[in-house]
Amino acid sequence: MNTTPTRAARPGASRWLVLGVLLVASVYFLAPVWWLLVASTKTSAGLFTGNGFWFGDFALFDNLTQVFTRQDGVYWEWLGNSALYALGGAGVSTLISAMAGYALAKYRFRGRELTFNGVLAAVLVPQPLLAVPLYLMFSELHLVNTYWAVLLPSMVSPFGVYLARIYAAASVPDELIEAGRIDGAGELRIFATIALRVMSPALVTVFLFQFVAIWTNYLLPVLMLADDHLQPVTVGVVGWQAQRALGPGAVPLNVVVTAAMVSAVPLVVLFLSLQRFWRAGLTAGSVK
Amino acid sequence: MTTAPAGRTAPRDPGGPGAARTATRTAAAARPRSRARTALLFLAPFLLLFTGLYLAPIGYTVYQSLFRLRRSGLGLSAPTEVFAGLGNYATALGDPEFRGSLLRVLLIGLVQVPLMLLLALVLALLLDAKSTMFKRFFRLAFFLPYALPGVVGAIMWSYLVAPGLSPITAAAEHLGLHLNLTSDGMLGATIGNMLTWGWTGYNMLIIHSALQSVPAELSEAAVMDGCSAFGIAWRIKVPMIRPALVLTTVFSIIGTAQLYNEPAILHNVAPNLSSGYTPVYAAYNAVDANNFNLAATESVVLALLALVLSFGFLKLVQRRGDAL
Repeated sequence: MNTTPTRAARPGASRWLVLGVLLVASVYFLAPVWWLLVASTKTSAGLFTGNGFWFGDFALFDNLTQVFTRQDGVYWEWLGNSALYALGGAGVSTLISAMAGYALAKYRFRGRELTFNGVLAAVLVPQPLLAVPLYLMFSELHLVNTYWAVLLPSMVSPFGVYLARIYAAASVPDELIEAGRIDGAGELRIFATIALRVMSPALVTVFLFQFVAIWTNYLLPVLMLADDHLQPVTVGVVGWQAQRALGPGAVPLNVVVTAAMVSAVPLVVLFLSLQRFWRAGLTAGSVK
Repeated sequence: MTTAPAGRTAPRDPGGPGAARTATRTAAAARPRSRARTALLFLAPFLLLFTGLYLAPIGYTVYQSLFRLRRSGLGLSAPTEVFAGLGNYATALGDPEFRGSLLRVLLIGLVQVPLMLLLALVLALLLDAKSTMFKRFFRLAFFLPYALPGVVGAIMWSYLVAPGLSPITAAAEHLGLHLNLTSDGMLGATIGNMLTWGWTGYNMLIIHSALQSVPAELSEAAVMDGCSAFGIAWRIKVPMIRPALVLTTVFSIIGTAQLYNEPAILHNVAPNLSSGYTPVYAAYNAVDANNFNLAATESVVLALLALVLSFGFLKLVQRRGDAL
């Protein structure tokens, strides 16, 4: 703006200082990721020699082949399982959250405040804190070591309900619902054809948050799943890391590093391509 | 609220003897009731899963924490479950290792959370300043660690600090410094660094979006009054984004209480890291050892601690807010 001509000349030096501070901070945040990228192109021996932040013998494709063919290609299964848990869990939880959020925002009924307060309290209950109790209960119900052990808990997202309620209250006009009722549409039809469509950008955010939460979850699946073939990629890769120094089955370091790097790719892509939905969710989080 | 609408008790049968006026009133009154039923139908899937997957495990865990397996003297018959009262709690809290894990989490929280949030606040304020260049790039750079799965970040850092592999210790060696980032004394700092690296950007983004809702005219007016950039940040912006700061603090406190991934993964390169390093880690090991009652007890203790700390913090800032 042009309101401060007298002070505008001053920031010269401080501007460079600010830039310097921000640059140092970005080195702190980016350098480790750069190291991971470089490391995934190196041979196992190359990892222990030379500059960790610059390329040595280029072995990325060899590393990738090793990752994807190891143990009869179990890495593919892990990626597939992660996709199954994340897509399935996030899909169901988004629909359930949309329905619940819409009901909490657009209907008046007894117990509404109580329900919403319960949802708010549950947002504060961290998933890992719940993982051990879920394991204790699921082992009693013989659900441990099945797909359901991870899928079922992934289907509930109090944060999703919270977001969906905010968006439904803000974006679905009462007049639109009333108009639908006057036209004789049933409540379910109004929800499916009007509300869902109006809420859809917000629901992308809900889906995204839940997808990421499931894809990155580690404690719950590592507790629940002992079977290699059911595990998501986070558990698989950490399992390889733990085996890296053990006997004949030892997993070489370059394989662990590359496997870790590859498992992050889907999320980084998702994050970069859907940035504005991320920010929408985080902003809503800071409203209350 | 005390007067029941006439429609509630009136007969719903539209073909009844009532006048047309009563009939329409009945319909109007019945609609909210059927709407409430629709609302419940919409809520049902969530409530069902929420009850089954949030409330039930919590209840079951509290229940489990009150029982204990008693094995018969010879160990021939199956162990029986007996009521233990608060016995498990006495056992858990009497275990110096578990107490140590609670203290460790408290200490990490006390040091790391304020440092991280201060860093996040400073970065957010710098990004918010009008003259700052390359904002988009910096925002993306700071947020990138959060886009990485926590496990990948932890594996990456475990190698960045592992003796023999770490480029950091190698660099220190060049300067003639012997540094071991996985020694007993350094583990706390190493884990604190992993958390700071992973979560600063997330907190910064929340604070930054709160800053963007501070009206620009306020800062402009302050500039006219001769207020320095630092003064504007400290006296105007920070007080206005208090809710965001409170929120990030509470989330960070809870996040620290549930610490598991980082120590568990660091353990793979630092065997000296005790396998009961944090309370969740201890509970995990109790599960592994098939001691479900102890695992339940430790989970309850940890949940209570997280609850007390986050509510305690909320109360603290509330009182201060009232005094101001």
